[in-house]
Amino acid sequence: MRWPGRILLLLACAWGTVGPACAQTQGPVAEGAVIYRQICQACHMKGGTGAIGAGKVPALAHNARLAIAAYPATIVAQGRGGMPWFSDILSPAQIAAVVNYVRTHFGNHYQDALDAQAVEAMLGSKKVDDH
Amino acid sequence: MTTGQTAFTRRDMLRAIGLIAGAGALYQAMTALGHAAESQFAGVPDLSGAPRGARVVVLGAGLAGLLAAYELERAGYAVQVLEYQNRPGGRNWTLRGGDTYTELGGAAQTVRFTAGNYLNPGPWRISHHHRAILHYCRAFNVRLEPFIQFNNNAFVHATHAFDGRPQRYRDVAADFHGNVASLLATAINTGGLDHAVTQEDRERLMEALKGWGTLDDSLAYRKGLHVSGQRSYARPPGAGADGAPLPSDLLPFHDVLDPVVWKTMKFFTSYDMQPTMFQPVGGMDMIGKAFASRLPHQITLNAKVTAIAQDEKGVTVRWADTRSAAVHETTADWCVCTLPLSILSQVDIQVSAAKTAAISAVPYASHAKIGLEFRRRFWEEDEAIYGGISFTDQEIALVSYPNDNFHASGPAVLLGAFALGRGGFDLAGMTPEERIEAALKQGEKIHPQYRKEFMSGASVAWSRVPWMLGCRARWGEADRAAHYQNLVAMEGRIVLAGDHASYMAGWQEGALLSSLDAIRQLHHRATAA
Repeated sequence: MRWPGRILLLLACAWGTVGPACAQTQGPVAEGAVIYRQICQACHMKGGTGAIGAGKVPALAHNARLAIAAYPATIVAQGRGGMPWFSDILSPAQIAAVVNYVRTHFGNHYQDALDAQAVEAMLGSKKVDDH
Repeated sequence: MTTGQTAFTRRDMLRAIGLIAGAGALYQAMTALGHAAESQFAGVPDLSGAPRGARVVVLGAGLAGLLAAYELERAGYAVQVLEYQNRPGGRNWTLRGGDTYTELGGAAQTVRFTAGNYLNPGPWRISHHHRAILHYCRAFNVRLEPFIQFNNNAFVHATHAFDGRPQRYRDVAADFHGNVASLLATAINTGGLDHAVTQEDRERLMEALKGWGTLDDSLAYRKGLHVSGQRSYARPPGAGADGAPLPSDLLPFHDVLDPVVWKTMKFFTSYDMQPTMFQPVGGMDMIGKAFASRLPHQITLNAKVTAIAQDEKGVTVRWADTRSAAVHETTADWCVCTLPLSILSQVDIQVSAAKTAAISAVPYASHAKIGLEFRRRFWEEDEAIYGGISFTDQEIALVSYPNDNFHASGPAVLLGAFALGRGGFDLAGMTPEERIEAALKQGEKIHPQYRKEFMSGASVAWSRVPWMLGCRARWGEADRAAHYQNLVAMEGRIVLAGDHASYMAGWQEGALLSSLDAIRQLHHRATAA
């Protein structure tokens, strides 16, 4: 009964309005999945396929650039190109959770997990909207 | 005063200032002379004396590109516009019944709204101080009507206050003011402000608080007919035997302090949002269409720009026809590039390292809008809401009512979501069908008529708009300081324009002001030789 319960909780959270607060009550993999669904999937698409229009949203599936965990973690925290920074709405623990999730799903099999302290060290100077 | 040919008139002086020092200096000079006010629009720059036969390629047919093309063509330049989409206008866009839209990832929608109804997925309101866009609306005879921004009778909905029931703005705002006034007046009376305010000003402030907050003689904000005159009545004034009004109950102060209340109050008084605001009659795209109709032969659609090169002789733009994949090259003397930075940062463009860094420094926000069509105007018929906006702390963020055709029978479209931040990402990550369901589920907490009256909906999540990959530029403080000047300065034969190259990201006014500055720079350089 443990897994069906977790999945139901996960779905309930995924459709709720306050993801991270809800997600904190579950395991880190579930939390990473919820954050992926509620934030990353907007651009990187379901399954991490990415997409191409006038420009490209990189695929996260089968992505060799995820080999070094610091690379995706820094981009999530500080943004890159058209991708915004998320250090204002995700805690270091949440950034770690979603990076760990992406690095172990969508055909990626990187087993070295990040923790909040490691992400904390990558945050850089805090980004603030200018007005 | 002489009117002879040699007299240097005020107009000449302004023109000279504008040509040499730029629109900012011109604006300051005009303000000093008592002319301009508010937005930095100081008129179209003087583009006289364009070199014969000079060619300009404009990249992007949004408002910035259309303005540049229109004004440069008028000034005598030979202009060609390259646009990725199969329509001009960019984010100046309106969806109507029969329109189709396919988002990134392939999900396609066919809009099923009744004739005359529409959704503006991008910009939807024009401020009275956006003088540049108002200038072009006037010049092109684009009819405007009021956009009813502020409506005391619209709702404020807080998930964790008032038992989740929507409240009228007039009630929560009056109770916020009244309670704050009462607390402050009491603080004065108990000496709490003696250190901060002189005796004379304490008396003046006390008088203001009693009047503004409708306080009684004991400085309390209390249920009564005078207070109801500032909010609403349990039974409003009428006539006949039962004509006397009855006062309404006040809301619990704890709930009135819910953040959605003061955020809503603050929203309506912010500089960008202050009434009067306008909308074009029939849809925002009337403006883009007015520009495009004046450029009948200049715009090439379905053109995906892949490389922009320049040397001392000219500019070469490489582009692919999105239908045939055939590759073309367009050469010109000058280039106005209005591609959004989310796209341009992925294009091979021959500019300096500093300019390249600026182009890559600006991420884009994710906003999402959902239009919902209902069988009848229940918000007017049942709730006396005529235009304006109800706010909620749910992801949809608001419900905004049509500002036209009041009392019309038949279907009407309201804006059922304008999600920002987290909500924008969450809605973007859904399928179009899931977005409509989310808008209905959240919106029915404000309007229980939703499910019964719903007909169809359409959504645009800007993260998934193939030609934008986001809604608007999001400048960080440090990035602005490091990169903004490098972004907006003309470099060689290429100048960038668009709302991202302004301090008004996401506003059409920013796109137009940026474009005016870009063509001023271009013309100055083209005529300097």
